[in-house]
Amino acid sequence: MNDPILMIRNIESFYGPIQAIRGVSLDVLEGQIVSILGANGAGKTTLMKTVSGVMDPEKGRINLNGKDIQGLEPHEVVQRGIVHVPEGREVFPLMTVDENLTLGAYTISDKSLIERDRELVFHYFPVLKARRQQEAGTLSGGQQQMLAIGRGLMASPKIMLLDEPSLGLSPILVQEIFGILRRLNDEQKMTMVLVEQNANAALELAHHGYVMELGRIVMDGSAEDLMKSEDIQNFYLGVQEEGARENRRWKRKKTWR
Amino acid sequence: MDNAQLLISGLANGCVYGLIALGFVLIYKATEAVNFAQGDFMMLGAFVTIGLTNTEYMGLPFWMALPISLSIMAAVGYLVDRLIIRRLFGESQSAVVILTIAMGFVIRFVAGLIWGHEPQTLQNPLAGKDIRFGGLVLGLEDVAVIVVTLLLTIGLYLFFSRTKLGLAMQAASQNQLAAYYMGIPVKQVQGVIWALAGVVACIAGILFAAKGSVDPTTGLLGIKAFAAAVIGGFGSLPGALAGGLIVGVIEPFASRYIAAGYSQVAPYALLLAVLIFRPNGLFSQVRAKKV
Repeated sequence: MNDPILMIRNIESFYGPIQAIRGVSLDVLEGQIVSILGANGAGKTTLMKTVSGVMDPEKGRINLNGKDIQGLEPHEVVQRGIVHVPEGREVFPLMTVDENLTLGAYTISDKSLIERDRELVFHYFPVLKARRQQEAGTLSGGQQQMLAIGRGLMASPKIMLLDEPSLGLSPILVQEIFGILRRLNDEQKMTMVLVEQNANAALELAHHGYVMELGRIVMDGSAEDLMKSEDIQNFYLGVQEEGARENRRWKRKKTWR
Repeated sequence: MDNAQLLISGLANGCVYGLIALGFVLIYKATEAVNFAQGDFMMLGAFVTIGLTNTEYMGLPFWMALPISLSIMAAVGYLVDRLIIRRLFGESQSAVVILTIAMGFVIRFVAGLIWGHEPQTLQNPLAGKDIRFGGLVLGLEDVAVIVVTLLLTIGLYLFFSRTKLGLAMQAASQNQLAAYYMGIPVKQVQGVIWALAGVVACIAGILFAAKGSVDPTTGLLGIKAFAAAVIGGFGSLPGALAGGLIVGVIEPFASRYIAAGYSQVAPYALLLAVLIFRPNGLFSQVRAKKV
């Protein structure tokens, strides 16, 4: 339990000449939900893409269960147990819900396991069962997000990378989906890395949190500690201190870099 | 009676166009690239089969030559993707278009070198036989073309809707990035699609060479098939076949009932009309993306 299941050490990733990740290290313990917070362009999505193998890191190590996985092809990373639920859902729009789920299990050949996982997904997302034969492109945004998460579960992952599951959803839907994520973590012991801009919801769900800014981790701690931190409250939770001024914000922000 | 006869021969021709169009669509769906050498693939498939079967070349029995030429064309398709197309990954689409047009030239030239520039016919078990059916005289080849195309289309349909690999191919074309995330080895899948397009082209070539004759410029037929694919709605397999049938049926009727100079234009006039009135094609699979 003390050895992290996922260990990221000094990762650096580039988009062409632009460095998006400037040496990020983080640990994920088994059964934990780890949340990565940060503003637009902080490099959160790039970090997820680097872990799932869609991008290759220039430097650094990504270690899953004691084995290095950096630089592997995406399908090899999925086979090793990390599945990436991408930002913006990215379902296969012209296929039915059922077909989308089947494709989620592409790396799995055991038929009984696939059916068991399908039942699991329907257990957590009953609405998907009701719409099995419907084309995914015709689902609502929230249902598409549920389908994206369900499709990720079909790969029987050890770790799920969830990239902004709250994107574009109403607060009620965010609550519903985060509730399901919590149950998945409690009941299935699913380890999750949750990338979010919605810091409030993310910190309520997570055990541990990291804050990213401009490609670096600038802060980390248990979710409770982060919730209490004045900086987090100011910049991400929107709590205004009495008498706080713009220039003071800027000053404090600078000390992070 | 006359019209029925025209219809059958038109359908048979249309099936060949449809099969080439199917190849266009397969590759377009999977890789977002248009393979303008698809017609030349067909011609090459025809010549490979002729080279294996006809008595003046290797003289193998037709049914033995068939699997060999199909696998050769599958290999050609796969290698074209593996060795050439994949290197253009991330380049603009026009690069792929120009490359495939050039590839068509090369294939025509090589085929001319090996098999000569004279029109040749595939010697096959069905040649010269015909069926009488209620007063119609149908060439057995024409019937075979229609039947084979029908079976192949059903087969492809089942493959794409029922098998895991078929679903993965659809997925890779609908959302390539998401396919990567799901653990689908997209590059390998694309290689398989090129191989499949090679096989479909080979079947089209065999059917074409059995009921008519091929020479190295036959591949330029691909342009008509391209029109067929656009009419059907680029990106839809049944649409490609339907487009091919429409073009195939229009041709004989146009040359029968319209003055010679204009009949040639008929398929393209239809293409123009479709582009004006249904710019996405007759059977398009286009849907607005939900945000």
